[in-house]
Amino acid sequence: MSEFILELKKVSRYFGSVIALKDIDMQVKLGEVHCLLGDNGAGKSTLIKTLAGVHPPSDGEFLLDGQPIAFASPKDALDRGIATVYQDLALVNLMSVTRNFFMGREITKKWGPINVFDTQKANDIAREGLAQMGIDVRDPEHSIGTMSGGERQCLAIARAIHFGAKVLILDEPTAALGVKQSANVLKVVAKARARGLAVILITHNVHHAYPVADRFTLLNRGKSLGTWKKSDISREEILEMMAGGQELADLEAELAEFDRLDAKQAS
Amino acid sequence: MSVNQQTIPVTQSAIGEGDERVRRESFLKKMLTRPELGSVSGALLVFLFFAIVAGDSGMFNADGILNWSTVSAQLGILAIGACLLMIAGEFDLSIGSMIGFAGMMISIPALYWGWPVWFCIIFAFAGAMFIGFLNGYIVVRTGLPSFIVSLAFLFILRGLTIALSILFTNKTIVSGVAEVAQEDVFAAAFGGEIGTGFFNYLASVGWIETYSDGSPIVTGIPMVIVWWLLLACISSFVLLRTKYGNWIFASGGDAKAAKNVGVPTDKVKISLFMFTAFCATVFAACQVFEFGSAAADRGLLKEFEAIIAVVIGGALLTGGYGSVVGACFGALIFGVVQMGIFFTGADSDWFRVFLGIMLLAAVLFNNFIRKRVTGA
Repeated sequence: MSEFILELKKVSRYFGSVIALKDIDMQVKLGEVHCLLGDNGAGKSTLIKTLAGVHPPSDGEFLLDGQPIAFASPKDALDRGIATVYQDLALVNLMSVTRNFFMGREITKKWGPINVFDTQKANDIAREGLAQMGIDVRDPEHSIGTMSGGERQCLAIARAIHFGAKVLILDEPTAALGVKQSANVLKVVAKARARGLAVILITHNVHHAYPVADRFTLLNRGKSLGTWKKSDISREEILEMMAGGQELADLEAELAEFDRLDAKQAS
Repeated sequence: MSVNQQTIPVTQSAIGEGDERVRRESFLKKMLTRPELGSVSGALLVFLFFAIVAGDSGMFNADGILNWSTVSAQLGILAIGACLLMIAGEFDLSIGSMIGFAGMMISIPALYWGWPVWFCIIFAFAGAMFIGFLNGYIVVRTGLPSFIVSLAFLFILRGLTIALSILFTNKTIVSGVAEVAQEDVFAAAFGGEIGTGFFNYLASVGWIETYSDGSPIVTGIPMVIVWWLLLACISSFVLLRTKYGNWIFASGGDAKAAKNVGVPTDKVKISLFMFTAFCATVFAACQVFEFGSAAADRGLLKEFEAIIAVVIGGALLTGGYGSVVGACFGALIFGVVQMGIFFTGADSDWFRVFLGIMLLAAVLFNNFIRKRVTGA
């Protein structure tokens, strides 16, 4: 067993002439929340799609538990324990909690020669899975259309954990959520870590990331600015690096220029 | 999710016990979220109405019952196929034309090419399901709306039926199938009756009316009704209690999400296009062996009647929600009203008016239900 469950060495990804990722190094440990921060267009989405087996890396090495690996498909990645919860969650609103939980991986029991969906057991597992995430589900046969965004997020996470995920990749899980719901999802992230999973949390909100994360990797324009342990970096330092101190200074200068022009026109 | 829910220890919500956050809903309210509700209560209303208006017209005599239940069964068979397909998020407008085409696939080889009848039936099923496969394959491969693809097949199949029957037989109505099918067990499975002895017995003890020679006016239950009930039970079971049924709901509810978690949505959809074609062929076979003839214009407009029955049955046009039982009750309403208007002696044009109003009411009602279910 390697020290890191997942390791990227100088991974790059090109789309034609576009360099989406360049020489990314990243190590992910079990029992840690690894936060991937970056502004829009920094390459976060490409990086998680590379991790999830959607895009094979164009260059560089990808190690899973110390072994070099190339995923044939997202399904392949999933079978090896890397589960990705995308923003759309892959849930069907008109279906019940249980039917969503087991969608595509239904458990069955035998009725003579016929395999039937084992509703009773499925209900119990779904309820139990959500209870472990701190979600006390009302009726697992209710459609999830009535659940809140945070609850749905937790359902998607609970489902990934139940089906044997070792590495859980969460794509902007708090992006569409209110303050309370975000806090709730972050608690679930902490619970997943406590169960020994590696969690990769993608976000551009430092305030959400900082309390739960153990490690931070900052991306900017397709390159990694580096990885820090939480003890080595402060919230403000991260913020400044994300925004790019130079760029902020430039922006201020530009705004001052606008003000000057406006004043000139007015006079 | 509010914060105070967080403070409830997980152990408190013991499995199986009531949850204080589930408001006790009245029985009626709970029933309101069932897809079947509209059509079941609609059917009750329709029965009540005709029991009052046409109670003494013979509509509820043995032969009257047989009459409207046969009409319902014919449509019901189509509605079952259309229902599963609609739940999976697709339409098939070609089922009406498929009925005409399948009828000819049975009759022409049997009468003009000398094929054994049982082989003609297998040929028709295989041919129809192949066309269903083609229909579905084009839909999932091109991503075109099934509305357009199956509309194309509506015309292609109807045109082919007329053109080919003229080419092979010089006629558009082929009769005489009953004679060649007399000894055929396969043919009896579609055009025959069951329970003949039982009905004879009922007549002999005077429970049902008889003709003057003592034979009962109803000699048995037509196979079309048997097929309807059989297909309804199997389909409903598959939809609600199997893995495949869950895939049907998932494919229609959100195909992308379903695909992402490993549901083979394309296979599900193609197989359901084949199933609708199968249902259309069952309908065609029953008709051919009951009347002993096939006609190129059989099944005209049946695709719309089937869709109406499915929508009255509570399915959402957008997929992901619906019920086979509901669709069957939708078909029952259809049959009862159609024959009821005939029995009351009212102008049958009123049937269409009623149908349109029913459809509109059903869609409005379903919209309301969907909002309740999705919490929007």
